[in-house]
Amino acid sequence: MSVRLEKPWLTLDPELVARLPGQLGVFQLANENHEVVYIGFAGGRSLFGLKGELTNWLGRWPFFRLEVNMAYRTRCRELLMVHFSDHGSYPTENTAQETAGLGRLSITAVTKMPINTKEGS
Amino acid sequence: MQLQLTQEQDMVVRMVRRFVREEIVPLEINLDPDTDQLPEEDSSRLKAIVQDMGLFGLGIPKEYGGPDLDMVTQALISMEISQHRAGLYAPCYGVFGGAGLAQLFESSDAQKENYLYPTLRGEKRGFFGLTEPSGGSDPARAIQTRAVRDGDDWVINGSKIFISGADRADFGLVFARTSPDKGRGGVTCFIVDTDTPGFHVRRIVHTLRSAHYATELQFEDMRVPHANVLGEVNKGFAIANDRLSRQRIPYSAGCIGVAIKAHEMALEYSKIRETFGAPLSSRQSIQWMLVDNEIDIQQAKWATLEAADLADRGEPFRKQAAMAKLVSTEGASRVVDRSMQIHGGYGVTKDFPFERWYREMRIRRIGEGPSEVQRHIIARDILGSSLR
Repeated sequence: MSVRLEKPWLTLDPELVARLPGQLGVFQLANENHEVVYIGFAGGRSLFGLKGELTNWLGRWPFFRLEVNMAYRTRCRELLMVHFSDHGSYPTENTAQETAGLGRLSITAVTKMPINTKEGS
Repeated sequence: MQLQLTQEQDMVVRMVRRFVREEIVPLEINLDPDTDQLPEEDSSRLKAIVQDMGLFGLGIPKEYGGPDLDMVTQALISMEISQHRAGLYAPCYGVFGGAGLAQLFESSDAQKENYLYPTLRGEKRGFFGLTEPSGGSDPARAIQTRAVRDGDDWVINGSKIFISGADRADFGLVFARTSPDKGRGGVTCFIVDTDTPGFHVRRIVHTLRSAHYATELQFEDMRVPHANVLGEVNKGFAIANDRLSRQRIPYSAGCIGVAIKAHEMALEYSKIRETFGAPLSSRQSIQWMLVDNEIDIQQAKWATLEAADLADRGEPFRKQAAMAKLVSTEGASRVVDRSMQIHGGYGVTKDFPFERWYREMRIRRIGEGPSEVQRHIIARDILGSSLR
């Protein structure tokens, strides 16, 4: 899985949203220039999952993309940190509460490293 | 070993149990089922209650402002504060505080001023950086991160993986090899500021758990002053090893707490859920599951409290801590699995806590030394020097 969410942008319209899955996961919203304006997730309390969450944003921004992901909380945090690393700020629609306590990533020149299956400390 | 709780222990257990059931569990109704954080206003309010209870800063010695509880009482508290949905990896969402990096209690006066005291005051956060991509079960040999002396500094290159909290930390304890040919006698512990050039948090490592997520670190020509060596050069493994043994006791107790809660829910549900005209509890297949739950929990409790009792008395407890870790993580996994089974379809939904416990409990059989390593430690103890 790429650290960045790199799927193509889709039009945020009612017809497309109605066909979205009801699964858990993360999503990004973008303006006309494909600049990310919000990063969010559909979690265990989201009615109808990603479909429900994106329905709430209909008519406000033109584009979205999503990733079905059961680790929605950590993935969302990661995407927010990546955004901060790239732009020096969080997306404009994310509230202070949503970005409180986030850490720092330095993702440039990521080196591929082998991963074993042990939990660390 | 005294099997009866003292009056004080009994009082503490009752107080903490009431706190968890009246203050923590009700909050979870409205929280995301995978969260590890409380809203700030709730967190502050609950920390104040814990401070009034005299229990804030579990594991912190009295001379540093902690409640100075013995290991048995700490284990009993750990069994209570984990009895809720987030309890395994975020017991009571951190409102009991904690010792953080206990190794800093042994640091120099200057290191205490720069790192320990700010941490205890909540002004700084630290991380513990031991495990590497080359392995975590045998850290003394697996550590490939190198530190080379250069004047008054050490220059560190290498990587770490599965490190919790590094992305939000102000500093960390980083273990690096300083003598390539000396095995466990060639590892040194460094205190590293996370704003040091060459320190990189490369990514979050996504796992079955969302609480206290792990990160991957990379060090590129990272210069650390010699004054930031914790303890002595080439004696870092003892610092890591002591932590690993001692940590197994509360680690085990946390698993037991979740098992107790899962079992309690299974007992209640089995009495009210009817199939074919009779409650589940009347079915022998269900009764045996509940009996096995009870046995797994009791075994784990006795093993964990015995290890804690030995630690309190200053006696060797490495084998008992390994046994406690083994039986509590494996037993609690079985208890959660059976309790989920008894709840049927509801058991696997996010409406109930079992699915989170099921995922997170699986990690417990690997973290802090997998079951196989615990068996190895026990075998080495009972077979003595005949075993290599």
